Amino acid sequence: MNQASLAEQRTGGRIADQAFRLLTLLAGLTILVVLVLIAFTTVNNALPAFRHSGLSFLTSREWIPNEGKFGALPFIYGTAVIAVIAVMLAVPVSVGIALFVTEVAPRRMRSSVVSVMDLLAVIPSVVFGLWGILVLAPSIASVYNSVSDAVEPVPVFTTVFNHTQTGRSYFTAGLILALMITPIITSITREVFATVPRNDKDGALALGATRWEMVKGVVFPHSIGGMVGATMLGLGRAMGETIAVALVIGSTPHIVGNLFASGDAMPAVIANEFGEASGVHRAALIGLGVALFAITVLVNVSARFVVRRIDVRLRGLA
Amino acid sequence: MAAIDVTRDASSLRTGAVSRSRKRRDRIATAAMWGAFAAAALPLAFILFYVVRAGMHLFSYDFLITNIPIISSQPGPGMAPAVVGTLLITGTATLIAVPLGVLGALYLNEYGKQRPLANLIRLMTDVMSGVPSIVMGLFIYTIWVLRYGLSAFAGALALACLMLPIIVRTSEEMLRLVPANLREASAALGSRTWRTTVRVVVPAALPGIVSGAMLAVARAAGETAPLLFTIGLVSKPNTKLFGANTALSAQIFRNAQVPFPAAQQRAWAAALTLIVLVFLLTLASRVITARFARK
Repeated sequence: MNQASLAEQRTGGRIADQAFRLLTLLAGLTILVVLVLIAFTTVNNALPAFRHSGLSFLTSREWIPNEGKFGALPFIYGTAVIAVIAVMLAVPVSVGIALFVTEVAPRRMRSSVVSVMDLLAVIPSVVFGLWGILVLAPSIASVYNSVSDAVEPVPVFTTVFNHTQTGRSYFTAGLILALMITPIITSITREVFATVPRNDKDGALALGATRWEMVKGVVFPHSIGGMVGATMLGLGRAMGETIAVALVIGSTPHIVGNLFASGDAMPAVIANEFGEASGVHRAALIGLGVALFAITVLVNVSARFVVRRIDVRLRGLA
Repeated sequence: MAAIDVTRDASSLRTGAVSRSRKRRDRIATAAMWGAFAAAALPLAFILFYVVRAGMHLFSYDFLITNIPIISSQPGPGMAPAVVGTLLITGTATLIAVPLGVLGALYLNEYGKQRPLANLIRLMTDVMSGVPSIVMGLFIYTIWVLRYGLSAFAGALALACLMLPIIVRTSEEMLRLVPANLREASAALGSRTWRTTVRVVVPAALPGIVSGAMLAVARAAGETAPLLFTIGLVSKPNTKLFGANTALSAQIFRNAQVPFPAAQQRAWAAALTLIVLVFLLTLASRVITARFARK
């Protein structure tokens, strides 16, 4: 037996090499296949509803399954409203925490702050929902009404923060969503802040800037792209979040300006009605899923695009 | 170390020269950052406190092995079918998603590298990790449940779809950290690429891969939305992969909407069980990561 074939035997042949490569390639391709299948099967099963309602599926504000009226607008509106509330509450808090970890917190405290955020990230959505429906919602209605009393004389505010009978509302859903997306926005902004060059920060401090002036003048301009990307990822997460919202939003399909009123959202209505739905109603709910899928993919892809462009720019500088 | 000293010196120089309003603004900003941390940490503490306090009433060994009462207003323990279901569904999902995810990551890092196909798969992995969990549930409903009915396996498929992109991402990152020297040394000894990969690269990255996978499992164990219309409902434990089943998260969701205190108590105790399970998985993952980092 010559040397070459001995080596061949010991290390496994060319065929094994190619077979392994093919195996890994197939595993990688599963992702593409699954995504195509998601798009194809959900659209396919939603077709009866799209045929039944046509364009009014997206433009009508009437959702009365018993009368065969399927207008998704109240849910699209609700999803947009609660996602915006969540992002507006979560972004300042997340940026604050990220700055706290990178600039302010005593060195020893940093890792425990990160641990707290990690804990927040793994609490299941349904536990947030359980707490929201049994603890938060019953006690928060009176808070809403006193806010409402306080802003009575202000023209726009009196519509947006009007009186309410229940704690299950757009705003409660937004509050809980804000808690849920804070960890993800924090961890991305923290990573972005960590890439700010030490020299730039020291330079600002050496010129006499206070810490806050240094943050405003050096950290923010350097990180603005990453912060935008993180915000958009948080937005995508908030729009797709289902169970917590389904429990606290109050399941009322209408469009009102009052944030303290009950409403509904796309993922929430799917979760709440799918069990009892059949025929066109079921197809319409799958159709809502298709719309949700399209919106979140769009938001996520543009977020990654923003983050990656910033990434490339930073690497170019370094 | 020198950099820290510079900061400290600068701040002691500041005291006299900085105007009062600038100092005040700096102090307000610092307070706001502490406040931001409190704004996230306090609700977390509040929720954990509530879950433990309300869950303790019913939580016991009995709770884990007793069947769910058929009439939901009936008081007393019982979540055994849900515990069995959660373990079965999450375990099966792990068995599906981890091998696929690690192999996919091996393709990206060892073979695909910067090729267009590999970059396309990376982009699609990002897209897939953004797909809402309820859409995964609808997907498995349309492709599996409509044909083969409700089962733990259908739920596991949905969870596996959620875990797959996370595992691919974290595994690829860990594989990237394996020094090229190791691969070159193995190749110089005459190993084929596949053997180098299986015997050298994967073992080197294993702790990181395991800890990433455990985080994905922890996420998946708490998911509710993908299970709502894929697993069905039972009141007795079903250890088989097929046939209807139930899960802790699904039971919490059901019982939270019922007006009976007995059902709500079961929901709190189930939430406590689920949180303990998820935290244990997270903790295990952190311990593994810490070990890995120390080496």
